[in-house]
Amino acid sequence: MNWDFRTAEELLKLCAYKYMDISDIMLAREMQLGELEREEIMEEIDRCLRVMNVAVDKAISDPSPSMGGFLGGEAQKLNGLEDSKQICGQVVHSAIVNALAVAETNASMGVIVAAPTAGAAGVLPAVLLSVYQNRDISIDTLRKGLINASAIGYLLTRNGSVSGAEAGCQAEVGSASAMAASALVEMLGGTPQQCCDAAAIALSNLLGLVCDPVRGLVEVPCQTRNAIGAAGAFTAAELAMAGVTVHIPLDEMIRITYDVGRSLPEALRETAKGGCAAACNVCPGAMHVAPTK
Amino acid sequence: MRNNYISMFDIIGPVMVGPSSSHTSGAAAIAWMARQILSGVPVHVTFTLYGSFADTYQGHGTDRALIGGMLGYRPDDVRIRTAFEEAREAGLDVEFVVDKEEEMPHPNTVGIDMTTADGHTLYVRGESIGGGRIRITRMNDIRVDFNGDYSMIIVGHRDEPGMMAFMTGCLAERMINIASMKSFRNARGKQAFTIIETDDFIPDAIQDELNARPGITSVDIIQL
Repeated sequence: MNWDFRTAEELLKLCAYKYMDISDIMLAREMQLGELEREEIMEEIDRCLRVMNVAVDKAISDPSPSMGGFLGGEAQKLNGLEDSKQICGQVVHSAIVNALAVAETNASMGVIVAAPTAGAAGVLPAVLLSVYQNRDISIDTLRKGLINASAIGYLLTRNGSVSGAEAGCQAEVGSASAMAASALVEMLGGTPQQCCDAAAIALSNLLGLVCDPVRGLVEVPCQTRNAIGAAGAFTAAELAMAGVTVHIPLDEMIRITYDVGRSLPEALRETAKGGCAAACNVCPGAMHVAPTK
Repeated sequence: MRNNYISMFDIIGPVMVGPSSSHTSGAAAIAWMARQILSGVPVHVTFTLYGSFADTYQGHGTDRALIGGMLGYRPDDVRIRTAFEEAREAGLDVEFVVDKEEEMPHPNTVGIDMTTADGHTLYVRGESIGGGRIRITRMNDIRVDFNGDYSMIIVGHRDEPGMMAFMTGCLAERMINIASMKSFRNARGKQAFTIIETDDFIPDAIQDELNARPGITSVDIIQL
């Protein structure tokens, strides 16, 4: 049995043929191609989940200023927002807190899991950990969510791009949002087809998103983009699970995203020359780089 | 050692100290690799930063990551944050040179000049090519090309007949399978580096065996 797949279409065929979830196929693929035992993979998955958890907790309970001086304390601030002013609902609220938190941890040289990149590292922990905290799901389901996300990320890497320098922020936060949307669907009991639909919706909704880091740092507007990537994942997952028709299948959406990314002007692909990076009034106190002794 | 495929953990990973896989994680990985290649403990290191490294190294903690790698820390080691202090305690003298003039083939390039207590020196140049992955492009004045995906042996030697046969013989005797073998030199008969990537664990004993041969000047084993 060959567990490898090159497209979402092939992945869905494997799922249908084996009556398996996307995460089951991805796990079997990893065991086969990496010549690994299930336990070895699960240990590494658990390590990633632990790192994600700490990255969230640290920034909420004990925030540090970022290297570039733009960030620090945003997650804590949002976490302290009084209930009457929360309009996202508990699950999405706690997800965007998590997203800000991981972005802060990343920008202050804390330990994070690049997923698929450091710049978009907030999206997956945001979504996965919020659902785990707020819904009655098991740790096993949480693991399956992360593995499911990696399957979508693999397809994006193989057939598109996850690099902001190559294809803009849509390739980073867009990809992470698609991965999280698919993971959500599997965790909440949706079908493999619905997972791919959710990923396609999430991608199309962030299509064209430019990569324009102020002063070239992974801080502004990266932090809040992670929050929108997370929030967008919930929308996409809910649409897909309701059976809203998806007109552009995931494989085609990945190709479209890649084409759009490569046609973005260079100034909008992580060069810090266009978009928000071209703003002249950003936070005058920033770029107070922590002193190097 | 690993098969060539996009793994689950290429997507969910690496676990790393932020904020940037290319400017932080990759920088640490280049310096770590340079430290492994150096025979001996460095007491003085000069890092020369080019391109995007030169422009934004402080905001990305590239300097700390480079020092951390030179101290033997992997990219997920939190001691990278306090690498300047750690270096001082370890007696490692570090210097940074920003070169915005010279154009390098890759925007994220660093040159690393290392000196050990007994005066041995080595220059290693590396590129951070994205997602924390790296490529080593120069050792001393010799152009090289390897990335550290495999365990490997780096042999510094005189360029002379029989060297390759001797090295492969040593490995064959121990049933070590060679994944790739590349030899780099500037001129015939002068210094050369041969880089042997292997599929299998490399026993330390092979170092002495290789070192004993006249003409071999350095043997470094990098175990992944």
